[in-house]
Amino acid sequence: MEPAVPGRLIPSAMAAFSRTLASTAPAAPRAARDPRWVRWALTAGALVFLGLFLALPLAAVFAEALRRGLAAYAEAIASSDALAAIRLTLLTAAIVVPANTVFGTAAAWAIAKFPFRGKSLLITLIDLPFAVSPVISGLVYVLVFGADGWFGSWLIDHNTPIVFAVPGIVLATTFVTFPFVARELIPLMQTQGNDEELAAVTLGAGGWQTFWRVTLPNIKWGLLYGVILCNARAMGEFGAVSVVSGHIRGETNTMPLHVEILYNEYNFVGAFAVASLLALLALVTLTLKTLVEWRHSGQAGQS
Amino acid sequence: MPSISNTRRRSVLPGFGPTLGFTLAYLGAIVLLPLSAAFLQAAGMTWASFFSTVVSPRVLAAYRLSFGASFAAAAVNMICGLLVAWVLTRYSFPGRRFVDALVDLPFALPTAVAGIALTSLYAPNGWLGQWFVPWGIKVAFTRLGVFVALTFIGLPFVVRTLQPVLQELQPEVEESAASLGANRWQTFRRVLLPELAPSLLTGFALAFARALGEYGSVVFISGNMPMRTEIVPLLIITKLEQYDYRGATAIAVVMLVVSFALLLVINLLQKWSRRFQAV
Repeated sequence: MEPAVPGRLIPSAMAAFSRTLASTAPAAPRAARDPRWVRWALTAGALVFLGLFLALPLAAVFAEALRRGLAAYAEAIASSDALAAIRLTLLTAAIVVPANTVFGTAAAWAIAKFPFRGKSLLITLIDLPFAVSPVISGLVYVLVFGADGWFGSWLIDHNTPIVFAVPGIVLATTFVTFPFVARELIPLMQTQGNDEELAAVTLGAGGWQTFWRVTLPNIKWGLLYGVILCNARAMGEFGAVSVVSGHIRGETNTMPLHVEILYNEYNFVGAFAVASLLALLALVTLTLKTLVEWRHSGQAGQS
Repeated sequence: MPSISNTRRRSVLPGFGPTLGFTLAYLGAIVLLPLSAAFLQAAGMTWASFFSTVVSPRVLAAYRLSFGASFAAAAVNMICGLLVAWVLTRYSFPGRRFVDALVDLPFALPTAVAGIALTSLYAPNGWLGQWFVPWGIKVAFTRLGVFVALTFIGLPFVVRTLQPVLQELQPEVEESAASLGANRWQTFRRVLLPELAPSLLTGFALAFARALGEYGSVVFISGNMPMRTEIVPLLIITKLEQYDYRGATAIAVVMLVVSFALLLVINLLQKWSRRFQAV
């Protein structure tokens, strides 16, 4: 049964992928097959397009980073400002990802397991941050917490700056990565239904026990998938963080912001060296994501 | 015993109250409250000052560039995305799975990294830029550069919306078209394309919406010249840096309204394509 999920921005990426994998060998009947030259021409066209737009930019990052050799590369990464940026990026992700994971799981439990009115509106609202420009996501926090904002004067009186400081970076990142876990879990838990949980509760399991022992094993791959994507975006976010960060080197600079500063100072090797770390993160993300997709589709195939 | 139907309706699963309560509180605090701040701030402006801000010549030039370049990039992605999705679902070639995984790179690569990488590629002395120099074409630091960056970040949307639909097409349909005398091109034009149309449009709208708000990959390659290569999100940042919060908010509200309208359109498109798939 296809779960009707109005308000989805894009269909769950993983669901789409498992379907792709379901028929790994594309064996079309003869009449529906293209002539060989068409196949070759189209494949070549697609690969050239992807090569120009995906592979080349990726290669350029590493080529530019290593332009002055390994020593210059290592030096750029080991600089104290770069290390501070790495620490801040890791700290931000360490706060944001667990927070959005707990939220995503709670939201999916409420939405998938219980009927209530306004459900599709709620799902649309959860997806809302994806529709908002990152720059505007940062701006709205400046409006709330900035000096002229709603809580601005109170925060100044209590000497707890939020905007142009680390809390602002964390909040803006939370906003931008808000839907990731929820959007993977909601359709997944809706397809799985309540039968197993009902059986557990009937047999006397408590709520937590049911969740840990029954629900979590069923949703672990979807959950992991959402966490991986959430983490990648949290570490790489630029626009929203750029608005709320004070751009103070060593203090409120995340890795993407540090890349920008170095680049604007014409320190290209330094900029691309830090950028290459983020590119590696992207490659690790894609690899993990693909592995999870394979694992998940294997599991789905068995059941 | 009437209680049976009652217990059925009042699900025996625990945790509805706490999870829904937490969801609503978190959603309100992180998303809805800050977003409403933008609308309330804009509501505090007089209509005349709001209007004169959002249609000033510099802002209009930024709308033109943002909408024009996003539209062009989404259109190119629609055509190339169809090609990529077709090749990935229909043909087998060595490295197909690797290529399939790579399609999501624009989702995974931080936008600032994409921005400086594309700039170095398309700069006049870059790997790709140097080939355009003899033709007198500049890519980096022009509107063409904005288009290139927006094409990059919108690339996965059309591919990922089309792939599952292409996968589920029934081969019998194509076979019967062939047995009725249609050649491959006719089958594609008359039989496949109409069925793919809703998802093509959905992918287009998703790529367009993403491109409109994009900032990180564009600022490096665009050169950021007012009236010429300034996109709307950059204009918002510029106003913020000049402490013109009201100006920034006014433009942001216009863009938010456009984004929400697009979200609605995308929802309707998806309903439409689901109906298509159900048939």
